[in-house]
Amino acid sequence: MRHTISVLVENKFGVLARIATLFAARGFNIDSLAVGETENQDISRMTIVVQGDDRILEQVEKQLNKLVDVIKVTDFKETGHLERDLALIKVKADKNNRSEILQIAEIFRARIIDVVADSVIIESTGDEEKIQALISMLKPFGVKEVCRTGIIAMGRGTRTAAEQASKGN
Amino acid sequence: MLMTGAQILVECLKREGVEILFAYPGGQVIPIFDALYNAPFRVILPRHEQGGAHMADGYARATGKVGVCLATSGPGATNLVTGLANAYMDSIPMVAFTGQVPTHLIGNDAFQEADITGITRPITKHNYLVKDIKDLARTIREAFHIASTGRPGPVLVDLPSDIQRAQIEFVWPEKIEIRSYKPNFTGHPMQIKRAAEAINESKQPILYVGGGVVTAGATQEILELARKADIPVTTTLLAMGAFPPDSPLYLGMLGMHGMYWANHAIQNADLIIAVGARFDDRCTGKVSSFAPKAKIVHIDIDPTSISKSIKVHIPVVGDAKSILTGLLKDVKKASHPAWLATIQKWKKSTPLLYKNDDKLRPQYVIEAISNLTKGEAIVVTEVGQHQMWTAQFFEATKPRHFLSSGGLGTMGFGFPAGIGAKFAYPDTEVIVIAGDGSIQMNIQELATAVLNKVNVKVLILNNQYLGMVRQWQEMFWGKRYSFTCLHKTTTCPPKCNQPGKKTCPSYIPDFVGVAEAYGAVGMRVSRKKDVIPALKKMLETDKTVVMEFIVEQEENVLPMVPTGAALDEVITRLA
Repeated sequence: MRHTISVLVENKFGVLARIATLFAARGFNIDSLAVGETENQDISRMTIVVQGDDRILEQVEKQLNKLVDVIKVTDFKETGHLERDLALIKVKADKNNRSEILQIAEIFRARIIDVVADSVIIESTGDEEKIQALISMLKPFGVKEVCRTGIIAMGRGTRTAAEQASKGN
Repeated sequence: MLMTGAQILVECLKREGVEILFAYPGGQVIPIFDALYNAPFRVILPRHEQGGAHMADGYARATGKVGVCLATSGPGATNLVTGLANAYMDSIPMVAFTGQVPTHLIGNDAFQEADITGITRPITKHNYLVKDIKDLARTIREAFHIASTGRPGPVLVDLPSDIQRAQIEFVWPEKIEIRSYKPNFTGHPMQIKRAAEAINESKQPILYVGGGVVTAGATQEILELARKADIPVTTTLLAMGAFPPDSPLYLGMLGMHGMYWANHAIQNADLIIAVGARFDDRCTGKVSSFAPKAKIVHIDIDPTSISKSIKVHIPVVGDAKSILTGLLKDVKKASHPAWLATIQKWKKSTPLLYKNDDKLRPQYVIEAISNLTKGEAIVVTEVGQHQMWTAQFFEATKPRHFLSSGGLGTMGFGFPAGIGAKFAYPDTEVIVIAGDGSIQMNIQELATAVLNKVNVKVLILNNQYLGMVRQWQEMFWGKRYSFTCLHKTTTCPPKCNQPGKKTCPSYIPDFVGVAEAYGAVGMRVSRKKDVIPALKKMLETDKTVVMEFIVEQEENVLPMVPTGAALDEVITRLA
């Protein structure tokens, strides 16, 4: 099963390496990993999408919590949350099919951010399914390059991840 | 007061209560050694950084305090790696300091540069690279705090040489607060209640006691619980000595080379109360057939240990001593005569035996030294057959008196660890039991022992083989003794699979000669009847002694649960 985990960590050098090392050493598979600062510049948030059954996920969560620089781990499995991925897609496009591609992009509320004679770059934001659907629609035209940020996620409602129950290790 | 980084390090170590530092000099730690020239604590020079790390580990195991070692950058630091991994696997509190090239050279592939925080990330509880002298004192404080609290473990602090030389006003951080590190100490009261209920309902309970009980200082509570609810006790290798061996409730060690009756008790129990143990594969055997009838209570301070390999029904996360104290209030007095009688029946049917004939067998030597020291000695083992025989035949009567590399299984650990323990307790007899393979992995520490008058007694059970691997080759690999004979030479037949021919080349090294070359006392025993007089003489000798026993070469460690078998699928004798 696919899980989206949010990890609040100390914004120090080496923390990303600690997390990556942990996943490698324990044999956990990462689908995607996105890192960025939070509202507090001392704290970074890593959003990790990981595959595994309940037993593996329990270990992932506990092992992450065990790292000294990890402040808070949230598995979004139980809570209502939003996920977003940003993709840049470079598609072959010439004067014969450019308008068709533009139409598809419009349906997906994606934007054209670069146009040259034989290709366009489309920017799209959404959950993973939407991005996948867009890419598959564009495939027949010739997708030359895809670049994605990986999932970032946030719980719905007023409460923040930092406010939820304190770290239990 | 204005102090250099090196002086701050020494001052912090003093304030942390460090009594002894195992430290090896090198180019990038000269400022530290200059500050150590008149250190307010003992500084010991090992002959290899790995030896220093194991000494710190042995000191920590024997005392419960944090063991401290120091090495230079690059090769000095990488030589600590095995020692750190060993301490990490066995949850030993240790702080290791390493020199590092100056901050402006980091990442430059400078002379003797190694990314030691990168290298040791998976084998330390935490590590630090100090890049600003302002952070130094707080970092050292945090390192000791993290190493010694929660589930203990090694912490490494990497100190670039410019930080050692820089000056700053020294401020001792009175309190440290790490927002992301707050280990649970007290167990959840509801979980303790559930555990007590399970114990009260159980008809065939067993306590499975691990090293965490020793760490938590909870051996008395285990004894009280076992007596109150009449629960038999089996221990892991790391918990040898945590339960009185003369108690009728004591079953000895479980697992691969554990007692037949202890393993059968686990397989037939209706309740396993695991305390400070982590269901290691050498203890559980085949996981899917482990304790099929048992409900499992697991008391451990590390949440990651819960349900890692074996599904736990009632987890209680926290300090063993505090949880057991709570548990004792809710556990009712009980007795389980039928259950204990069943276990006794297994014990009678398949006792722990070895062939007690005229030959000099290794088990006999261990029984003899166990009897002569009456459980008062600290016994330290290397890794291999002799280690398992020591677990089987040496009666450790007190916690922190049986020191052994459990998780990592590090050959070369025992001798330096024994030196570390003897530094901590100079008046206690420290017996190192080694194989002829293991002892050669850190034999250079004889110099450290002799020069510092650390009078450890080293027993080498010399079977002229890497015995444990040879045993597996004999039992599971068609007796193909591939590179396990320690005196194989160029003139030997390439596929020799038997020992002790007259034509065999003589064994090297001559351990008696090696001991004497280092200024230690060397002795050799080849006949069974000489064992006890020689051991007595050794115990009377107030010097570092190396005593070599030329033992039966193809003796095997039995019983044995082969890998992949369930705990009750035991090989008790070879066909």
